[in-house]
Amino acid sequence: MTDRRATIKLIMAAAAAVPALRARANYTDNLEPGAAPPGSLREFVPTMDGYGPDPDLIKAYEKGAFWPLTLDLQQRQLAAALSDLIIPADEHSPSASAVGVVDFIDEWISAPYPQQRADRDTVLGGFTWLDGEAQRRSEQPFAKLSESQQRAICDPVCDLSRAPADLQAPARFFALYRNLTAAGFYTTAAGRKDVQYIGNVPLKQFDGPPLELLRKLGLA
Amino acid sequence: MPFVTASTQRGPYDVIIVGSGAGSGQAAYTLCMEGVRVLMLEAGRRYTPAHETPMFQTPDMAPLGGADTTDKNKGFYDATVDGGWDMPGEPYVSLPDKWGSHFTWWRARMLGGRTNHWGRISLRNGPYDFKPRSRDGLGFDWPITYDDVAPYYDKVELLIGVYGGETSLENTPAGPGGTLLPPPKPIVSDHLLMKYAPRFGIPVLPGRRAVLTRAQDHRTIPAKLHPGNPRAQRILAEAMRKRSPCLWATACGRGCAVAANYQSTTVHLPPALATGNLDIITDAMVYEVTLGKNGRATGVRFVDATTGRHEHATGRVVVLGASALESARILLNSKSGGFPNGLANSSGRVGRYILDTVGSSVSGQIPLLESLPPLNDDAADGLQVYVPWWLYRQQLAHKLPFPRGYHIEYGGGRHLPSVGTFSGLEWLTGGSYGRKFKEDARRYYGSFIGFDGRGAMVPNDDCYVDIDPKVKDRFGIPVLRFHWQWGESEQRQAVHMQETFGEIIESMGGRMASPVITDPVKAIAPGGYMIHEVGGTIMGADARSSVTNRWSQTWDVPNVFVADGGVFPYNADKNPTLTIMALSWRMSDHILERMRRREI
Repeated sequence: MTDRRATIKLIMAAAAAVPALRARANYTDNLEPGAAPPGSLREFVPTMDGYGPDPDLIKAYEKGAFWPLTLDLQQRQLAAALSDLIIPADEHSPSASAVGVVDFIDEWISAPYPQQRADRDTVLGGFTWLDGEAQRRSEQPFAKLSESQQRAICDPVCDLSRAPADLQAPARFFALYRNLTAAGFYTTAAGRKDVQYIGNVPLKQFDGPPLELLRKLGLA
Repeated sequence: MPFVTASTQRGPYDVIIVGSGAGSGQAAYTLCMEGVRVLMLEAGRRYTPAHETPMFQTPDMAPLGGADTTDKNKGFYDATVDGGWDMPGEPYVSLPDKWGSHFTWWRARMLGGRTNHWGRISLRNGPYDFKPRSRDGLGFDWPITYDDVAPYYDKVELLIGVYGGETSLENTPAGPGGTLLPPPKPIVSDHLLMKYAPRFGIPVLPGRRAVLTRAQDHRTIPAKLHPGNPRAQRILAEAMRKRSPCLWATACGRGCAVAANYQSTTVHLPPALATGNLDIITDAMVYEVTLGKNGRATGVRFVDATTGRHEHATGRVVVLGASALESARILLNSKSGGFPNGLANSSGRVGRYILDTVGSSVSGQIPLLESLPPLNDDAADGLQVYVPWWLYRQQLAHKLPFPRGYHIEYGGGRHLPSVGTFSGLEWLTGGSYGRKFKEDARRYYGSFIGFDGRGAMVPNDDCYVDIDPKVKDRFGIPVLRFHWQWGESEQRQAVHMQETFGEIIESMGGRMASPVITDPVKAIAPGGYMIHEVGGTIMGADARSSVTNRWSQTWDVPNVFVADGGVFPYNADKNPTLTIMALSWRMSDHILERMRRREI
């Protein structure tokens, strides 16, 4: 138990706030009254390893094109196991790791930007906690556990609002990791197909929704 | 050779224009079409939308799935390059002493400036918006009326291409008819608003954006815009033929390689260049307007960012269109014996009365929109419909706790999944993962709607910029220091937005992740977030209380004009860009007239 508490403490220290990945981020999320807003004195902070303010927007980039990926083999196995626990293969689409989500997450947590650096601490701290729990319960790394064993570890932390007080930090990690997994998965062709996104194609005209659908919804 | 350098410029020029965005682009267009020789100076690099726009790239092709970073503040594929809230080597100072007094400043150092990425929302100011003080006693009246500007709104809409609909609603002019392109068809979530908003007495109108929903009429428009000028007509017709109508795909904020929306680089500058009368120097950071012994401006000084050398460009007239606050900065930094506090600043009002737009947003999840069949909701990339301010009468009768109104920019639909689309769903899913998470993603995708309130701001004495006594940018140019404070009017307006949006969402059977914000201090977005900053060289009826006159001409120096949002003495809820262009065209006509009379 001592080990677990120490690990949690470590994560608590490292973990940032709830990941702010939402498309419509509310400005009040990351700006508390009295706190200095981000970048209050606009001095230049070099991001020497980033892609800079004027990257080529046309070419398609491999993961790690701008900065090296940093997860080791064991971490990548854990990343794949957790990503696939969150987004497994089903009749609609492949699993997260099958479409490159591990590389996506590796690129994310290896990036030089402030948000990603904070996320790195949360993710690596979470990995330590997950493997620690797996070892404690089954004397094996998380990636080697059965799905039911993995779920037994993740169920208590899968919803931050219901997680017990001593598991808040792992729950924050899990929320971030699920966001990142979903971000990596649904931005691929397989993910777009899974949710049946059919846009981003040039059209001669835009017809709007079919009338029968509007009628069915009571909107026409 | 229209793109020149400091050493190959072909002066003397009739007019020097600083900047290349909406106001500058319009001025260059109007002046060059009438034979005036113009030199345009742009601080950023040359930018070519036809070759540089990521039209159909998907987020998986970008680093970090295209997420916002400190290098690309609005995402990897945002058209803005060399710009954003933070720019390497170009600091500014904002004093964050307490909540609500911070200002954050978006800049774009690139040809075309912010027009490359803007939202293209093109609303006309109405008659009340030009005479707000006459109506409720607050702020300042413009020295011009809606009727003065209306012909120029007509012209700009015909030139750039704006879709919209007819309306007779109070203070919401649509134009005389015939200037607008047809609006896009509403998507499912728009129909939802069209059903529920009227139950609150809230009107829903077709949106108004600078997007070509069909090809422009290149046969008739050029003659309307340039009567008696066959050469200009020919050049414009050719330019219009080169623009494609909307492809109904890919976000306008990336820019448009086929020129289906307005950006200065695709609409204003190509015909201006085709006249042969426009020279452009890019990477030219202007910092000073130079003054001759006769009290007239002689030109501008700039740093050539490619060589670091200080250069001088001369002309009969100087037009500042560097963006409202950058133009104020140039004037404040142009000190001389006659103008110890900055050029054209005898009133002390340069940098004063800066304004932004009130912003407040609420999003909701709508069960009716869950698990819809596949639909292409790309449309023209948003604002198929919008809500104009609807409570003018209640406001006039003092039945609302704030004096000025807002409009609602509304959106929903099944859009290209981005890194944030499926984030933070726990409040709906209870923290699902595994097969259930994939089912939840399918269920909730496209079931969200968003309300963005965009409101008027009454000018106040606490909002201004001056020159920081210490900090300089990488060119050695002293930088701006911001002073900012929202008024209670704006804060109460933001609460009204929150409560109204919450009520509409609930009436739709929708739910929100968290309650609406009723704390007036927190409900409003920080200054600058809306990127609608205007004022700082405000126009007025006399030289004591304003910087520019009804022609956007500085009172103090008759051959210096301001073509950007700096001249706004009031920022109505209507997004400023269309008005900037209309005023710039009007200003340019005046410059032409004065030049013909040899007065400048």
